Amino acid sequence: MSDYLEKLEGVTDAADPTLGDIDIQNYTINFGPQHPAAHGVLRLVLELDGEIIERVDPHIGLLHRGTEKLIEYKTYMQALPYFDRLDYCSPLCMEHSYVLAVEKLLDLEVPIRAQYLRVFFAELTRISNHMLNLGSHVMDVGAMTPNLWLFEIREDCLNFFERASGARMHSAYFRPGGVHQDVPLKLLADIGEWLDTRLPRLFEDAISLVADNRIFKQRNVDIATVSRDDAIKWGFSGPMIRGSGIAWDLRKSQPYDAYAKMDFDVPVGTRGDCYDRFMVRVEEVRQSARIMRQCLSEMPEGPIASLDRKVVPPKRGEMKRSMEALIHHFKLYTEGFHVPAGDVYVGTESPKGEFGVYLVSDGTNKPYRCKIRPTAFSHLQAADFMSKGHMLADTTAILGAMDIVFGECDR
Amino acid sequence: MRAPAPAYAVNDGVIDAATAALGGKLDLATELVGEVALHVVRDSLVETMIALRDTPGLEYQQLMEIAGVDYPDRGVERFEVVYCLLSLTRNHRIRVHVRTDDALPVPSVTGIWPVAGWLEREVYDMYGVLFSGNPDLRRILTDYGFRGHPQRKDFPLTGYVELRYSEEAKRVVYEPVQLAQDFRNFDFMSPWEGAEYILPGDEKAKLPEEKGAPTPLKADEIQKADAAQSAKAAPTEVKTTETPAQTGAGKAEPDATPKPQNPDVVPTPGKGQNL
Repeated sequence: MSDYLEKLEGVTDAADPTLGDIDIQNYTINFGPQHPAAHGVLRLVLELDGEIIERVDPHIGLLHRGTEKLIEYKTYMQALPYFDRLDYCSPLCMEHSYVLAVEKLLDLEVPIRAQYLRVFFAELTRISNHMLNLGSHVMDVGAMTPNLWLFEIREDCLNFFERASGARMHSAYFRPGGVHQDVPLKLLADIGEWLDTRLPRLFEDAISLVADNRIFKQRNVDIATVSRDDAIKWGFSGPMIRGSGIAWDLRKSQPYDAYAKMDFDVPVGTRGDCYDRFMVRVEEVRQSARIMRQCLSEMPEGPIASLDRKVVPPKRGEMKRSMEALIHHFKLYTEGFHVPAGDVYVGTESPKGEFGVYLVSDGTNKPYRCKIRPTAFSHLQAADFMSKGHMLADTTAILGAMDIVFGECDR
Repeated sequence: MRAPAPAYAVNDGVIDAATAALGGKLDLATELVGEVALHVVRDSLVETMIALRDTPGLEYQQLMEIAGVDYPDRGVERFEVVYCLLSLTRNHRIRVHVRTDDALPVPSVTGIWPVAGWLEREVYDMYGVLFSGNPDLRRILTDYGFRGHPQRKDFPLTGYVELRYSEEAKRVVYEPVQLAQDFRNFDFMSPWEGAEYILPGDEKAKLPEEKGAPTPLKADEIQKADAAQSAKAAPTEVKTTETPAQTGAGKAEPDATPKPQNPDVVPTPGKGQNL
């Protein structure tokens, strides 16, 4: 055997490949649509050079349900629950844009307590959304424990939604003119206690495991850096544009509902990488808790929805005594209210960025056109230039830091 | 404005600045419901957008959304493409409207804002509006191999095809859509406001002559009218329930027909019984 090997040594054959002669071609792989790190049904066609990403072509629309078409066939009130089902991780923030758009067309005044309640629950939604995103982001890059702890908080949030509206996820709680029903005082007291005890303890514990963790930083720092100019050109919003160092928050710059009275800070990133986007969300959770505490201390008593009976239906007890209330109830739940003709674009700060509704009304009881501006559309489109030159394993970190949910992206 | 909608900078002077910057490229500028909308000429859209982005006092740096709207009643140029712009420095929003139809292409703005790539793809997918200069105008949201443009007003809500997994073919098959129940479309138009449906009894107004009509009629004319009416009406059958055949007793349904065979049901040797 050893003779044979010695004889063979140094002998080359023209057909034998040697190092450097092999011509490695780019190859294309398919990521998803059923991949745990795709956060839903995303199909990425990745072109790789070895392990380096050359090109990303996201294929979306696998969860397209035709929401915009369905809304055109429903009355304004019936269209509302579709918004819960867009971004099912932050349902109330989706409703928020829609009710504000309808109210803008109706020029409808909303009582102060309703505005506070909306802000309060929108911020609770933001916390629950960030719990899911932060948790799944750290899990995508390899850490298991924080996700479990953050899901504890999310579970608490869902229980609070259930106590306020009756539904854990698809609340349909915000209505044109206010909110659906008042909350019990005990619920507000419980949330106040939760904000002071359970939330900070669980949240800070979980984040302390990853925020300064060496491995977590190696997976996120300087990954998918986005400059300020790119962030503007690619239509970024929310934590994505703030991560790139632009202090742009619609709650601050274009305040809606009671946000003008709220006192909070807008965190911004310095480098525009995945780590910055992660940390911006972490700080937003703390600021949301601050807004919620302020709501609790300032929320006035009063009606929780507009008293305009042509838009907001009366309560059941009133219907037992008043014929007029009964007629209004019947008309609103069969025909619905008519919205004056016109078109508006209303964008609000959802946890994922600017969520907009372009609503065209032709004066009837159904929207003529309801275009939904998803946050994920601009962010996911940028995945191509953000991933270029990074390793295949960074795809999950980049997607995790984008915070994409396909119910909203595909509509 | 009383509604608690997002409050951005006031609209004062925006239309004047836009008119000065755009000149003849601007067709119509409106300010309705607190929002400024510019209706512009389609062919010079790219120059318009560059002017809106770069002119001091306008400075709309971000393109947030492109929405298509279908107005089939307009006849020519039924589609409207709406660009929602946002100024980060001036904290202001504006909308730019262009009209087109399914053949005339709209100039693409991907050169100014790369984000327009997918937004234009979506408008193309949903309405069939073409964008000249978009390097990648594929469908985006609908299925691979989908035909038609679903957001058009003349596209039915149910679509044309439905799909299911066929056990026989071992793959997903597409079939023409079959509704188990009629599609319900309620008409909320008030009958006092120009509804055009016929209420029960309205058809009597079309009859030439009626008994008790305003003009007094002679007896023979009334007899003639009676004869004409009764001849039209079918002779009424007296309904009796004397035999089981008349009541339909013992039958599953009076007009039952055998069910069509389901290709996915593989008959077992025992005809449904365990052997």
